[in-house]
Amino acid sequence: MEQNKRILSVLVKNHAGVLARVALLFCQRGFNIDSLTVSETDDPGISRITVTTTGSETLTQQVISQTEKLTETVRVFELKPSTSVMRELLLVKVAANEGERGAVKEIAEIYKAKIVDLSPDSMILELTGKPDKIDGMIDMLGSYRIIEMCRTGVTALGRGIAEEQTF
Amino acid sequence: MQLNGSQILVNVLLEQGVDTIFGYPGGSVLNIYDALYAYKDKIRHITTAHEQGAAHAADGYARITGKTGVVLATSGPGATNLVTGIATAYMDSVPMVAITGNVGTSLIGRDSFQEVYIAGITMPITKHNFVVRDVRQLADTLRQAFEIAGSGRKGPVLVDIPKDITAAKCEYEPKPPVEQHKSADVSGAAEIAEILNNAERPVIYFGGGVPAAGAGALLRELAERAQIPATHTLMGAGVLGYDHPLNLGLIGMHGNRTANLAVHNADVILAAGTRFSDRVALNPNKFGGGAVIIQLDIDKSEINKNVTVQHSMTGDTALLLESLLQFIEPAQHTDWLAQIARWKKDDYTPVDSPDHLTPHGIMQTLCDTCEPDTAYVTDVGQHQMWAAQYLRHVGERSFLTSGGLGTMGYGYGAAIGAKCACPDRRVIHITGDGSFHMNMNEVCTAVSYQLPIITVLLNNQVLGMVRQWQTAFYGRRYSCSELDRKTDYVKVAEGFGAKGYHCETPAQFEAALKEAMTQDGPVWIECVIDREERVLPMIPAGGTVQDTIID
Repeated sequence: MEQNKRILSVLVKNHAGVLARVALLFCQRGFNIDSLTVSETDDPGISRITVTTTGSETLTQQVISQTEKLTETVRVFELKPSTSVMRELLLVKVAANEGERGAVKEIAEIYKAKIVDLSPDSMILELTGKPDKIDGMIDMLGSYRIIEMCRTGVTALGRGIAEEQTF
Repeated sequence: MQLNGSQILVNVLLEQGVDTIFGYPGGSVLNIYDALYAYKDKIRHITTAHEQGAAHAADGYARITGKTGVVLATSGPGATNLVTGIATAYMDSVPMVAITGNVGTSLIGRDSFQEVYIAGITMPITKHNFVVRDVRQLADTLRQAFEIAGSGRKGPVLVDIPKDITAAKCEYEPKPPVEQHKSADVSGAAEIAEILNNAERPVIYFGGGVPAAGAGALLRELAERAQIPATHTLMGAGVLGYDHPLNLGLIGMHGNRTANLAVHNADVILAAGTRFSDRVALNPNKFGGGAVIIQLDIDKSEINKNVTVQHSMTGDTALLLESLLQFIEPAQHTDWLAQIARWKKDDYTPVDSPDHLTPHGIMQTLCDTCEPDTAYVTDVGQHQMWAAQYLRHVGERSFLTSGGLGTMGYGYGAAIGAKCACPDRRVIHITGDGSFHMNMNEVCTAVSYQLPIITVLLNNQVLGMVRQWQTAFYGRRYSCSELDRKTDYVKVAEGFGAKGYHCETPAQFEAALKEAMTQDGPVWIECVIDREERVLPMIPAGGTVQDTIID
């Protein structure tokens, strides 16, 4: 069966412990979590959990219908890459002395990353984009020493106004 | 009116029509027990020997009545002792509200005496759970707990109440219970009925979802009108009478060979209120042998979970069956039923014995002697399978058994709950010596409340089901399964204030059973059986009907 990356948007009631319930359900049923972001929506009573997972169509349907069963779930839907906007933010600290700085800066410019911190031996780059763009820049930085790195995980919204994606 | 949290709790129980609860007092629930003391003429509280017994009792109460069972326990160990009972109810979709006390709000998170985060522990084994942090939310939280437990696919809900909340006061206003709305998406009914109408070798395979929805009569009507033979899971026993000509009996690992052959050779399978568990669909990829499978279930997540089906409808099983019945045409299926009759003739039958006790003989004697509306409650293991196979099931909600979780030690507590719910019906607890040793102490509860539960203990001195697998798959290496306990059951029964009998022959068993039926309190009847008795037929895990072991 075809194993694909899937993005699920899970709208939940903004109650204490709701993230634990969703995360535990994934753990209990053996569903992968590749990345996970949580935030309030425009309605402070509702939070959005964006989960990326890997699996077949059947498994994704099972993930969705199990998640829908949670009492605090408002709505669950899959965001398809062609009809949604997805973004991830990367902060990466690269070892770069005076001699290497220029080359790293060039990579940053190509990817439109920002240099947000500079010290004598290192610099921190900030990049926002689709996960594959972020993967691409990390690859390019491979010839330098990455000291620390942090990715937020994918956050995503469907394009246009789609009835089933509102609450 | 101004009430404290404990009084609010008791009043909400009354709103919900609760007349009996099961539990065990302790430090964090002292206020609640004080309120129960004041309301003892309205709510009967059964104090068990152990909180696990109380949880199983609430479960037994719920299974036999269809109402939501209620269990109450204190914080810490009181709460953790409920866990097996809650998980048992969860796996079998039994409506239950579990109420636990907790330490006071100011002590939470400090590893206080008898503090445990029971909401975290029970998250994966409840439909939902709550921690009440404000007395003003207590009444609505409890109401919501009952609503969740008893709606849709039923199940347990836990409400954890810190001690200070049980003392804090607020305004209480009674509210009637929320009406349950049944719904179903029946848009596929005509198409599905057409498939059934055109089937040549149809089979119905049904489970606990049918009795849970009160859909037994509809299922019988469908089977009879279209002459479709039907097989049931452990949870579906009793929906079709044992002597119904279309009843194929139990399906699965220890099911009838006929039932498994019928499913394997069918062209269309109608699965109603059932979830293709690994004890039924032993090999999920080969289940049905290529038949078109139609699934009806209240829980959308059950569709395509274990076995991929071609057609499905979700919603209340009674509404779904009703919608199908509008389109189902009368049929005969003469050739198919003749084939099934031939399989039935060749099916496995156990060998009778006049002078020593056999499992099937014990079940037959029970059914010959006890009233038809008797409720049978089992523990888990060989005796459970024999009870499922050989009891002559005739009524819904009358075979109480831990199907999904397979909880040894379930039976005595559940029998107590069943007997409290239905004092006029006979309750027979069938157990084995392994299971019985887990929670036999609950007999003290049955003695205290004068509950005439008859325990029929099939004693083979070993963990029979474990040993059977060791015989078949582990070269007869009987690791830790030949217990040969020295327990004198008659003396233990007497020590608890109950009555005990020891039987080695069918005649002794018949005599003991007849005497037991006249007693006012609990009775144990120990039946000595051969340890070589096995549950047959058997299909090994992962196998199909072609792998059936018959001797």
